Amino acid sequence: MTDPLLKVRGLKIGATIYPPGEKPRDIEIVHGVDFDLAPGKVLGLIGESGAGKSTIGLASMAYGRGGVEITGGSVEVNGRDILQSGLRDVRRLRGAEVTYVSQSAAASFNPAKQIMEQVTEAAIFQNKFSRKDAEARAVELFAKLGLPDPDTIGNRYPHQVSGGQLQRCMTALALCPEPDLVVFDEPTTALDVTTQIDVLAAIKEAIRDTGVAALYITHDLAVVAQVSDHIMVLQQGAMVEYGTTDQIINDPQEDYTKALVSVRSITHEEKKPTATPVLKVENITARYSGTNFDVLKNINVELHPGQTLAVVGESGSGKSTLARVITGLLPPSQGTITFDGRPLTPDLATRPLEDLRELQMIYQMADTAMNPRQTVGTIIGRPLEFYFGLRGAEKQKRIQELLDEIELGEGFQDRYPAELSGGQKQRVCIARALAAKPKMIICDEVTSALDPLVADGILKLLLELQKIEDVAYLFITHDLATVRAIADSIAVMYQGSVVRYGPKSQVLSPPFDDYTDLLLSSVPEMKLGWLEDVLAHRKMESAGN
Amino acid sequence: MHPILKLVAQRLALGLLLLFAASILIFVGTSILPGDVAQSILGQSATPEALANLRAELGMDQPALTRYFSWLGGVLQGDLGTALTNGRDIAESLGSRLGNTLFLAFWAAVIAVPLSIFLGLLAVRYKDRWPDKLISGVTLTTISIPEFMIGYVLIYWVSIQWGMFSSVAIINESMSLGQKLNAIAIPVMVLTLVVLAHMMRMTRAAILNVMQSAYIETAELKGLGMLKIIRKHAFPNAIAPIVNVVMLNLAYLVVGVVVVEVVFAYPGMGQYLVDHVSKRDVPVVQACGLIFAAVYIGLNLVADIVSILANPRLRHPK
Repeated sequence: MTDPLLKVRGLKIGATIYPPGEKPRDIEIVHGVDFDLAPGKVLGLIGESGAGKSTIGLASMAYGRGGVEITGGSVEVNGRDILQSGLRDVRRLRGAEVTYVSQSAAASFNPAKQIMEQVTEAAIFQNKFSRKDAEARAVELFAKLGLPDPDTIGNRYPHQVSGGQLQRCMTALALCPEPDLVVFDEPTTALDVTTQIDVLAAIKEAIRDTGVAALYITHDLAVVAQVSDHIMVLQQGAMVEYGTTDQIINDPQEDYTKALVSVRSITHEEKKPTATPVLKVENITARYSGTNFDVLKNINVELHPGQTLAVVGESGSGKSTLARVITGLLPPSQGTITFDGRPLTPDLATRPLEDLRELQMIYQMADTAMNPRQTVGTIIGRPLEFYFGLRGAEKQKRIQELLDEIELGEGFQDRYPAELSGGQKQRVCIARALAAKPKMIICDEVTSALDPLVADGILKLLLELQKIEDVAYLFITHDLATVRAIADSIAVMYQGSVVRYGPKSQVLSPPFDDYTDLLLSSVPEMKLGWLEDVLAHRKMESAGN
Repeated sequence: MHPILKLVAQRLALGLLLLFAASILIFVGTSILPGDVAQSILGQSATPEALANLRAELGMDQPALTRYFSWLGGVLQGDLGTALTNGRDIAESLGSRLGNTLFLAFWAAVIAVPLSIFLGLLAVRYKDRWPDKLISGVTLTTISIPEFMIGYVLIYWVSIQWGMFSSVAIINESMSLGQKLNAIAIPVMVLTLVVLAHMMRMTRAAILNVMQSAYIETAELKGLGMLKIIRKHAFPNAIAPIVNVVMLNLAYLVVGVVVVEVVFAYPGMGQYLVDHVSKRDVPVVQACGLIFAAVYIGLNLVADIVSILANPRLRHPK
């Protein structure tokens, strides 16, 4: 066997945390991890948030983000222990031997500089190439990564290209200095599924053609299965399982890995529509003030009591705008909304309290949807006071009931949001919405920011609560797996229109319209060779047409 | 039309509107001031007839609106009126005074602006280490001491004890540039010390804010050194807030130097204004107020426009 390019032994990483109301203290976030990576191979690091995968990835560049510090072990790159090197040597390694692709290219590109200058910067600074050669190589990489106008795209500024294109530019940035190792840190997580598949294919091809080795970090096992040779499963800073991609996907040994592989085990029986819908959206057209195009075009959907309507689409398809129209934040230019048999006034300010109470909302970022200076009890108690005038012992009793419903026990009442995990925060937001005893809740990407296993728990809870409280959900999401799990009916949105609408069984069965087909076939599946199959299939289809 | 031209044109129009509003405020403000020019010119023993005659002569018996528009009309034609107290043309006497004030402000800015930005960058480079603390400590001390105090301290040490530079900053037309600079050296030092802290702290804060961005991490992971990262990646994105605070301080250098001018007997706008306020010479006060307002609005306008130009999203629309 050839000498490993990257050899990690007993890697320990620590951080200082600042718990509210307590003294800062040091904790260990990675507890002694070992692995090797051979030249030209791809290792997938997988785990939930907090598993330490990004931290380990950055450690291969001797970099600790924020207050993170590498406290022990060794990291050898090309035979040198970079943890023992001085800053000067480490700087010579970064951007030359090891490069980095971040999750959000939009944030990782300097908005004030042209793309070309940023893509070639490391290669020139590290004396790998002259400016002319670096630029030629960048253009070559732009072309290889399937970017439009590879000759001139470098002259643009980051805001002038789309998110998916910028993510490819970031890959070009990482590959430009001809590194030995690229750390891909969730490079497709922030993209829409239809964009993700193309970027994923471009990355995979670029890795293959340049022969570079890669650490591919993601929480999505289906994605990592497409690109990596080996997979390491991490949980809370320790390795759970290591094996070939084939073995991890098809024959996982550890319980945790099995849970990851079989995530989304929820089955949900589709319910039949009732006689009278709780929400009826008719011919809704809307635009934002100061713009001259409609973001919603003639939308017609219905939601029945105690059921779930999933609204799916990519970012910019208008699904969140639809929620804004229904809640009255954005009065539509045309159309009517009927709620529980009565028309809703277009503008939030003129709606009676009863309408406000019966229509609640849960948001994607539970973090920002709660006042960080209020306790859980205060947060949940507020709608009880506001809508029902509950006070004192009565209110306390109801708060406790709600906390029981969301499976958070006693003692959570006095906690602050900062003391809760992501899943717990979202549960509190659900309790707050339920406190109003609504007929309908709009759930806007409520599981998108959560890890798969946690998201699963939230979905199960929502379904359970639906049975008990008979509440209807308008469930906005870009994630088709979630839709399969919970929807009774589905509306597929594309560029402001509903392109497909009906009961779940019907929407998800062929024949498909082009867009729904593209959307469905882009969802990564947990099997080897899926990416190639889909791309080959698409190529065949486009050749056939 | 390029969206940037439109934005800049909008800002210019807004600036003019603001200046117009300022002129109304100045006029109203000076009109409701207690006191009477006629009384102060003629003294306590003046007869009521004499007072009435003088008021009529000065046009003060006209309604306020008429006086405002005749004043504004004059201003628009470059006629700032005549001083009540000595009958001289205000534009003429203001001209050389304004020139002197701008001369002092210019040299103070030439030293203070680059110095404060450099110190700000240095403070970021050595954040929370001793150079940062030293820079912050010293500049915050100098901004906390009243400027006349710094003025006297510097006069005592620099001029009297060490014999460098003149303690009185009187300049006139016949002096050479070198002589003039020698005369204003100490006031320039005082002004620099006064404005340094604000600009330096703002530069530090603006750049530190940018240093949190993900693209700074990208630059670090390219192996770039800290100073290069600050210069190439952080500074271009911190220009807007820095220019804003620089312009505010430049405006202060023109408008707020009254105390320093008085301490050093410098023949600038400030002293001229103070003299005539005490004599209740309303037209001069109005003229000074208007010029100060114009300087403030003009410099902030420049800051606005620079911020617009520094924004790549506006400079290079999709």
